[in-house]
Amino acid sequence: MTNSARSITAPLFLETIMSLRAGNEVLLSGVVYTARDAAHKRMYDLIAAGGRDGLPFEFEGAAVYYAGPSPTPPGRIIGAIGPTTSGRMDAYSPLLIKNGLRVMIGKGIRGREVMEAIAEYKGIYFAALGGAAALMARAVKSAELIAFEDLGAEAVRRLCVEDMPLVVAADCYGGCVYGP
Amino acid sequence: MCVEANRVINRDILSALEAAAGSETKPGAKNVLSLLMENAKVAVEDSLPICQDTGMAVVFVEIGQDTRVTGGGLYDAINQGVREGYETGYLRKSIVSDPIARVNTGDNTPAVIHCRIVPGSRLKITVAPKGFGSENMSAVKMLKPSDGIAGVKAFVLETVKNAGPNPCPPLIVGVGLGGTFEKCALLAKTALIRRLGERNPNEYWARFETEMLEAVNSLNIGPAGLGGRTTALAVHAEVYPTHIAGLPAAVNIGCHVTRHKEAEL
Repeated sequence: MTNSARSITAPLFLETIMSLRAGNEVLLSGVVYTARDAAHKRMYDLIAAGGRDGLPFEFEGAAVYYAGPSPTPPGRIIGAIGPTTSGRMDAYSPLLIKNGLRVMIGKGIRGREVMEAIAEYKGIYFAALGGAAALMARAVKSAELIAFEDLGAEAVRRLCVEDMPLVVAADCYGGCVYGP
Repeated sequence: MCVEANRVINRDILSALEAAAGSETKPGAKNVLSLLMENAKVAVEDSLPICQDTGMAVVFVEIGQDTRVTGGGLYDAINQGVREGYETGYLRKSIVSDPIARVNTGDNTPAVIHCRIVPGSRLKITVAPKGFGSENMSAVKMLKPSDGIAGVKAFVLETVKNAGPNPCPPLIVGVGLGGTFEKCALLAKTALIRRLGERNPNEYWARFETEMLEAVNSLNIGPAGLGGRTTALAVHAEVYPTHIAGLPAAVNIGCHVTRHKEAEL
């Protein structure tokens, strides 16, 4: 990260979200939850069936990290943990955003529906550096498996992170860092 | 081999990243490249894979026609090696047994094995774990002969452009041309394991590689897709004779580590 990176803390609420613009560099500390394809499908199905009670964490203010770490070697906190491609979550994200999830971390382009939901519900989408998974593991200070254990690498984990380097990829004003 | 391929970035790719960092003028792009090099260093220091997506194990085998494998099946032995490597190396098990039922096989097998019979008595194995962030952005297209070289160039550019930031640029772009539907895809995959700096021995195709690299690097996708010159470190083309009615073309995208390790017995 360059010197312009701003430190922010999760959970992340409206005031901070509205103060960030696409292209801003941030260092994120606090709590983030991992969830990728299979966990998204389960959360989506729970909400679609009207069963929000079974959701693995409170959506309000929560930051979800699209990541499935490699196994944790003995004596370490977590394995390699870079972002996965966010576009695969596009089928599920709009419903999750409508139900209170505002903060997403991944890599790559989002579909139009997700971009519109981010603008409408004042959300934010951060890009982590794809493939920098060993480096990202050093930002993780604790990790706890909290739901969907049967999904293995795709289970939901509660991470405490410190100075996780991110770039605002999509802001709540419709701005996007990935130009044409 | 699985563990080493996943943990240790190849020297040629690291050198290309260093060179790219030196020639990028955008501070953001420079910064991304230096973080990628830092990541490679940390992976070795912390004994972690470079990327959490430790891939599907693609294994190329060149087997001399005078070689005899004894004591069991060669494919079984390769899968056993993958099983042990992914378990003992704390690599992610990312393989599901059926594309629709999607139940994890638990040991990252089966590998995708490509075997080629060659003269002599050697046995050469190349392990190339392939992550799907980049694999998903690859494409095959059955062009028409009338599309010609212009059609090929447009297809390569369109594929890289559509991929955008998703496959973790800077990329290695593997292009396969000719043969049949499956042959061109395999050529594109083979192009990814060629050492950086080596060019197609045919002068026409060597020039194509240089021109396409220039064209790809003018798209301003850049490292991590955040803009800049370095969208790709290399474009490699592999070409094969084809049918009078066809021009099969494949583009296999490799990410900024494009892992592979080889060993010869």
